[in-house]
Amino acid sequence: MSALQIKKGSSKHSAYNLRPTFSDVQETHTITVLVENEPGVLARVIGLFSGRGYNIDSLTVAEVDHEGHLSRITIVTTGTPQVIEQIKAQLGRIVSVRDVHDLTAEGSSVERELALLKVAGAGEKRVEALRLADIFRAQVVDSTLESFVFQLTGTPDKIDAFADLMRPLGLVQVARTGVAALARGAV
Amino acid sequence: MTRQMTGAKMVVQALKDQGVDTVFGYPGGAVLPIYDEIFQQNDIRHILVRHEQAAIHAAEGYARSTGKPGVALVTSGPGATNAVTGLTDALLDSIPIIVLSGQVPTFMIGSDAFQEADTVGITRPCTKHNWLVKETDKLSSILHQAFHVATSGRPGPVLVDIPKDVQFATGGYTAKPQAPIGHYQPQVKGDIETITQLVEAIEKAERPVFYTGGGVINSGPGASQLLREIVEATGFPITSTLMGLGAYPASGKSWLGMLGMHGLYEANLAMHGCDLMINIGARFDDRITGRLDAFSPRSKKAHIDIDPSSINKVIKADMPIVGDVGHVLEDVLKIWKARGRKVNREAIAKWWQQIEEWKKVKCLTYKQSETVIKPQYALERLEALTKGRDRYITTEVGQHQMWAAQYLGFEDPNRWMTSGGLGTMGYGFPASVGVQVAHPEALVINVAGEASWLMNMQEMGTAVQFNLPVKQFILNNERLGMVRQWQQLLHGERYSQSWSEALPDFVKLAEAFGAKGIICKDPKDLDDAIMEMLDHDGPVIFDCLVEKHENCFPMIPSGEPHNKMLLGDAQATNAIAGKGAVLV
Repeated sequence: MSALQIKKGSSKHSAYNLRPTFSDVQETHTITVLVENEPGVLARVIGLFSGRGYNIDSLTVAEVDHEGHLSRITIVTTGTPQVIEQIKAQLGRIVSVRDVHDLTAEGSSVERELALLKVAGAGEKRVEALRLADIFRAQVVDSTLESFVFQLTGTPDKIDAFADLMRPLGLVQVARTGVAALARGAV
Repeated sequence: MTRQMTGAKMVVQALKDQGVDTVFGYPGGAVLPIYDEIFQQNDIRHILVRHEQAAIHAAEGYARSTGKPGVALVTSGPGATNAVTGLTDALLDSIPIIVLSGQVPTFMIGSDAFQEADTVGITRPCTKHNWLVKETDKLSSILHQAFHVATSGRPGPVLVDIPKDVQFATGGYTAKPQAPIGHYQPQVKGDIETITQLVEAIEKAERPVFYTGGGVINSGPGASQLLREIVEATGFPITSTLMGLGAYPASGKSWLGMLGMHGLYEANLAMHGCDLMINIGARFDDRITGRLDAFSPRSKKAHIDIDPSSINKVIKADMPIVGDVGHVLEDVLKIWKARGRKVNREAIAKWWQQIEEWKKVKCLTYKQSETVIKPQYALERLEALTKGRDRYITTEVGQHQMWAAQYLGFEDPNRWMTSGGLGTMGYGFPASVGVQVAHPEALVINVAGEASWLMNMQEMGTAVQFNLPVKQFILNNERLGMVRQWQQLLHGERYSQSWSEALPDFVKLAEAFGAKGIICKDPKDLDDAIMEMLDHDGPVIFDCLVEKHENCFPMIPSGEPHNKMLLGDAQATNAIAGKGAVLV
């Protein structure tokens, strides 16, 4: 018998993490964080995720209030409900963080991502790519005789679906922004 | 009106405005302008340490023993990197300290200049917050904000990195009252609805226990006072973590002693068997909980903590209360009194009967010896001969630390300084220096092991230079005792590298520094030797040669719950097996 056999529910790092009282269902949440736009603030947030072993599925950041020096960071993360709660509490602890909201938990929200996809090919494949792009309402933002660059906006699922369709038609490169999200409604 | 002055002058002015009387530090190229200002004034005393790590631990000792923030000043590059261990230590134990570091001039940052390090990058994960100051105009408000952040909410270390050109340049000084403190305003009042739930639980509880931690001490003397009041009024038993010792007096009638891995039998079994656990300012550390799926299985748990991230991090709280311990306890008492001061007296009396049964095990019993000094005996004698004195205790890390927590009694908060979270060997000596600077007339003793003590022994120079009569009480077993104990229990008695070879002659070492050295190896001489140490007006190294193979009990083996304690060597063979082996 291996001395290192660890039973279900514990992480591979430490058997202290036997957490029977906590659910081990993995959930994906979109968390939006309003931060003071000062040097190093993004490193604080990312360092928190790497230092404590949390996942980042996607991350976007840009200044949203120039006068107030505020930036919005949108993070999509996956973890158990307890880990998601910890992530929010830990984010709230960072001194430069003003506000943390879990858009997945707090009612409905809109989530959008922008992607650029380069598709190279000729003949029937090229025509098919263009036809599918039209169905997905992707725009052609660059074109040569052998290639297109499509711009597509939508939910991550929609972009995944489009990328899957483009793959056999000559998908060369993809660039994605990560999710930007806001809660629906007036506030 | 803002006054114009150089950045270096601003540093000194801001420290004065914040009421700082002492700075622990070590000079170097990138902080010369600040040292020049320190030279030209008399309000702030500078304690020159012999290593930057010691400056941080001394500032921690100062902070823990006074309740005020500690301040340290170090140079760029190696000065700042040497501070990292102390910063991490203060972060894990929630100690408010402000570290000021020099930095190469702004125009040289990023050029791999001499003594350049990315100090804010390196210290980001080991501070509560840090700042790189790029404009002299912003320096004073950042310094005031640094004090605010370090001392508000859950306290912690902060660092302000100040490039040399910012120190030389002139800018406007913002005084403390005008300085913006920013948006950092942690919640201190607890949720009244949950507090009322807790009061209801207190009224009904049959087997309650208070489990208190360092948060009570950090909340200030008022919180300890309220805790004592609520413990006396309810008659509930109380145990505490290593960090919380002294919040409730060791002589108090409801005191069960420390809990956890090397905690007392009665304390751990009370935690295991209780039906209401009231966690006040503790964080369910792994040294406390042991195996999580068997931790206190039948209890409702209330958790009072100022840091929301502590709640539900490890153990699910049935009554989570985010707030300052002092504020929350005040509300608990107020509501409980208003509802008629009810407790289930009959059940509590039965619960105490059970606890008295556990106490009869006398888990701190050890085998006395006529010929060698047992470490437990040395601490019992130290306790007896110093009881009632104006006494502060610091420790290093290891077996001696646990024995000190078990055998010394603490009657008041802020009297016990130990590295709990990080477990930093080398903490105790510099911490004792910081404590003695803050309390020049008090008796300050560092209970040490010889291996830990050697890690910062250079501070003998500091103690002698500033005439700090710190007593270094070294329990010398010529072993890394705790490492040796684990190797015995876990690694088939293969004592890999845990033997302290080539130890110095501690008496000669003391004398080389111009201090007093005492050696004692016979139990019959111990009392006289301790008295000689206490009577000497100056720093003393006390080399107490103790039993070399003593193990620290009681002990909860890794991966086991509270009710699977080992009480002595006979039970310890192959005690740690299976998945417990991967734990530290």
